[in-house]
Amino acid sequence: MLKCEGVSVGYQTGDFKSIGLKEWAVRRIKGNYRVEKFWADRDISFVLNEGDMLGIIGTNGAGKSTLLKAISGVMVPSEGKIMRRGKIAALLELASGFDSQLTVKENTYLRGALLGYTRKFMDDTYKRIIDFAELEEFEDRPFAQLSSGMKSRLAFSIASLVQPEILILDEVLSVGDGAFRAKSEAKMKEIIKGGATTILVSHSIHQIRSLCNKILWLDHGRQILFTDDVKCACDRYERFLAGEETI
Amino acid sequence: MIDLKKHQFLFEELVKRDFKKKYKRTVLGMGWSVLSPLLMLLVMKLVFGGLFAKDIPHYTTYLFCGLLMFQFFSESSALGMRSLMENAAIFSKINVPKYLFLLAKNVQVLINFALILAVFFVFALIDGIEFSWRLLLLPYPIVTLLAFNIGIGFILSALFIFFKDIDYLWSVALQLMMYGSAIFYRVDALSPSLQTLFAYNPIYRHIAYVRELVIAGSIPSPSAHLILALIAATTFALGALVYKRTNTKFLYYV
Repeated sequence: MLKCEGVSVGYQTGDFKSIGLKEWAVRRIKGNYRVEKFWADRDISFVLNEGDMLGIIGTNGAGKSTLLKAISGVMVPSEGKIMRRGKIAALLELASGFDSQLTVKENTYLRGALLGYTRKFMDDTYKRIIDFAELEEFEDRPFAQLSSGMKSRLAFSIASLVQPEILILDEVLSVGDGAFRAKSEAKMKEIIKGGATTILVSHSIHQIRSLCNKILWLDHGRQILFTDDVKCACDRYERFLAGEETI
Repeated sequence: MIDLKKHQFLFEELVKRDFKKKYKRTVLGMGWSVLSPLLMLLVMKLVFGGLFAKDIPHYTTYLFCGLLMFQFFSESSALGMRSLMENAAIFSKINVPKYLFLLAKNVQVLINFALILAVFFVFALIDGIEFSWRLLLLPYPIVTLLAFNIGIGFILSALFIFFKDIDYLWSVALQLMMYGSAIFYRVDALSPSLQTLFAYNPIYRHIAYVRELVIAGSIPSPSAHLILALIAATTFALGALVYKRTNTKFLYYV
């Protein structure tokens, strides 16, 4: 179960980091030093139950990634409450966070540890992760030698083979070749059937239509709608993107 | 705040990673951690030996005590300062307790320290130091300095995220502290007012403790013990407080 109640996430702008130390000192002395808050997300509320798959749509800068960071616990919301029950696996900007100097095997273990798995679990699952990612021949190669598609495949495999209760996917399915994409979609459907709550951010409306049962539409940090009428919401969003409708 | 049992696997993997990365592409590998303080010792012995050795018995051990403790501190603080920033790509994507990065770095530094300590014993033996049961007290200043190091690491790593200039300021500060920690000279040859200044240098306090224990072979006074414990506890608590206050804001600055 995942519940967001009036969640707002703000970034500070205009503090000494962005204006420089000299300017900061000058403004401090003059007394016109102000810190401004930029709201990446403002007053977002929704509830997801087990087996739900939420698609988050919105143009660039709508606040989708920030919201995912708040849900996964990377960020603390400035206002509002997020209630989550169960193990979260968040795949945010997949290939980043791997260490290019370590080997594939070392990175797999490190990522598993970062996601909160136990060593025993990793020992048991490692083989399956590598098989799923189709990286058997690359196990002991330095990570820097992998293509970006391979990195994303590995990241997806590690996060999805654990049967998480909440799975967060940020533009994950747009990576990998056609065959892997089909495989990862099948895997995700399996996870959702297993009762997981999933959140998907994708620019592919087609994908959202075929996978999700609920839609959250964000625009400039504001919640335009939250509905389980996927078809209607997607149609409206497509008309909005084409400039035929305003919000 | 410290929940190491739950994060044991992650902690081990982070320590392993730091080790692998540090010694990658070097021929000598861990040998460097021992060799670099030894080279430092050699240089200091050659440069200052003629000046100070006749007034200071067991000058090699005297120097080594100073270098041993000072390097423990300087390495820990310099690596600790970067430990959070280095892992920004991870903690801005995955929800992990960030203090683990700092603690893992300190484990790495502690293992290096243990290696140098082993060499230190060999040198002390050659230098004619008699080992007594009192050396069993040696872990005491090591533990207090470790806690002090971690406290400083918390403060520096947070500062480094908000304010990169701290890197340069800190290298100057370390330089000053190195000359101000009486590594190669005696404090009691200085004027009384200068001597009181040394009392406020936590690193010097630790060095003096180790020297008394190893070279003089006597147990330092109860007040020396108390002061080390106070330094460690207050610095660690201050560091933990800084971390607690700032750690949710790091994300906005990396």
